[in-house]
Amino acid sequence: MARMILRMLLPVLALAALCFAAVAVDEARLKLATTTSLQDTGLLDLIKEKFDEKYNVSLDVVSGGTGIAIQYGERGDVDALLVHDKERELKFIKDGHGLERRCIAYNYFYIVGPKADPAGIKDMNASQAFAAIMNKGKSSSDTVRFVSRGDNSGTHSREKQLWKKAGFNYSQVNSSGPWYIDAGQGMGATLNLANEKQGYTLTDMSTFMAYQGNLTLVPLIEGGSDLLNVYVAMAVNPAKHPGVNCTLASRFINFLVSDEGQDLIAGYGKEKFGRALFSPARGNCTLIGCPDGECAAPTSASCAAA
Amino acid sequence: MQEIWDGFVRAVDLIITRNPQVVEITARSLYISIASTILAAVICVPLGGLIELHSFRSKKILVNLIQTLYSLPTVTVGLIVFLLISRSGPLGSLGLLFSPWGMIFGQAILVSPIMIGLTVTALAAVSPQIKDTAKSLGATETQIIATVINEARPAVAAAVLLGFGRALSEVGVAMMIGGNIRGYTRVLTTSIALETSMGNLELSMALGIILISISLVVNLLLNRVQGR
Repeated sequence: MARMILRMLLPVLALAALCFAAVAVDEARLKLATTTSLQDTGLLDLIKEKFDEKYNVSLDVVSGGTGIAIQYGERGDVDALLVHDKERELKFIKDGHGLERRCIAYNYFYIVGPKADPAGIKDMNASQAFAAIMNKGKSSSDTVRFVSRGDNSGTHSREKQLWKKAGFNYSQVNSSGPWYIDAGQGMGATLNLANEKQGYTLTDMSTFMAYQGNLTLVPLIEGGSDLLNVYVAMAVNPAKHPGVNCTLASRFINFLVSDEGQDLIAGYGKEKFGRALFSPARGNCTLIGCPDGECAAPTSASCAAA
Repeated sequence: MQEIWDGFVRAVDLIITRNPQVVEITARSLYISIASTILAAVICVPLGGLIELHSFRSKKILVNLIQTLYSLPTVTVGLIVFLLISRSGPLGSLGLLFSPWGMIFGQAILVSPIMIGLTVTALAAVSPQIKDTAKSLGATETQIIATVINEARPAVAAAVLLGFGRALSEVGVAMMIGGNIRGYTRVLTTSIALETSMGNLELSMALGIILISISLVVNLLLNRVQGR
């Protein structure tokens, strides 16, 4: 009897061994948590290709909003972060989870909306536009709507800052009527939703460009320091999270800020979208408000564990 | 309707031309769910045998509880496993998060209730005489369990295959534990979620059709082992 069971089990076990062997091949891996814009536009695919080849490693990209990316970092689940929310970045470093910031790229947020622009925001600045959308939205929510990411991402953070700047309390905005639609999704899905509802939304320029083919929305407000969008790389602190691969993370950040990395960023999108989706941080440090030491410079923090 | 048809055409095209990315993702989907099914089966089938062959006071409650867990939301399992294997969690030092290993572990937990529960049901249908005969012939407990499982082979196999179907088609654990990393933890279901969010509906549909085809094969297999 026992022999019979064993005979039945043998092929199963062999199959199991095969399956486990298939996943057991493990090379050097760098885990990177990133904001969706860098992934969905395809930039990180290109960077991964070059980086993997150059250092014979595998860059594993986990894509989510800045909120969840920072969570992963705080738990020590990833080795490096690429995010875009200055306040939370500074807090991340202050709490000891991250080593140092390095600005790597920037572009601008757009306020996009229906071509007819029912709230008449064209030529306003960002906070005036938000105020106008809210006023019109409250009185005629069937024509003027705003779609929010609502997912704690970097773009969502910026939206909250803009509401504050326009003089509103975000929790009141959030619950002030049907004109405000809380999507709770990534940028691409939010753009598709805004398109269906013909509403306004705040988007990073690169995701908008990448999705533009499927959308009838147009950019109404672009540029201005309120809408500046700076992408920052940080290595997770090995003194706080002993499991992380800080050496590889530093190598990756140094690759991004190197001329090779900055050229990759500067050139990305020209072929496919007719214009670059991101501008390199190199040479633009003052414009994007990054102190010299933090801007497109090689890492200086030590990777020594505690 | 047009999109569904286009997706179908695209799926056939992707399969015929053996699109390398699709082949890779499909193969990964298969080996991760096969591995998790085997891991779960090796533990759950004997466990189901133990539960069935013993009578204890809270047995009914236990079986009810296991059956309730059949419909455990995959994202809840994903979240619990995430908290377990995250570096800040109790199993953090194993470094399982965002790896195929973690997905196998998570999916094994996900399908365990269904496997244990259905094994218990399968074994309950075995005539008690067989158990008694084995016992009277001096079989040890392990031998009795093995005999009963052997007797209910088709039904136990069905339990295992159903577990496999659930592992293959779930997206919560794969997304939260695997992280949908291209070339490493991206499987059919997470690809479908990603491609849909990126607006590539045709490709999503094609991947969905591949997934359904696999399920169809599993189902045919299931009917076969049940001798229908």
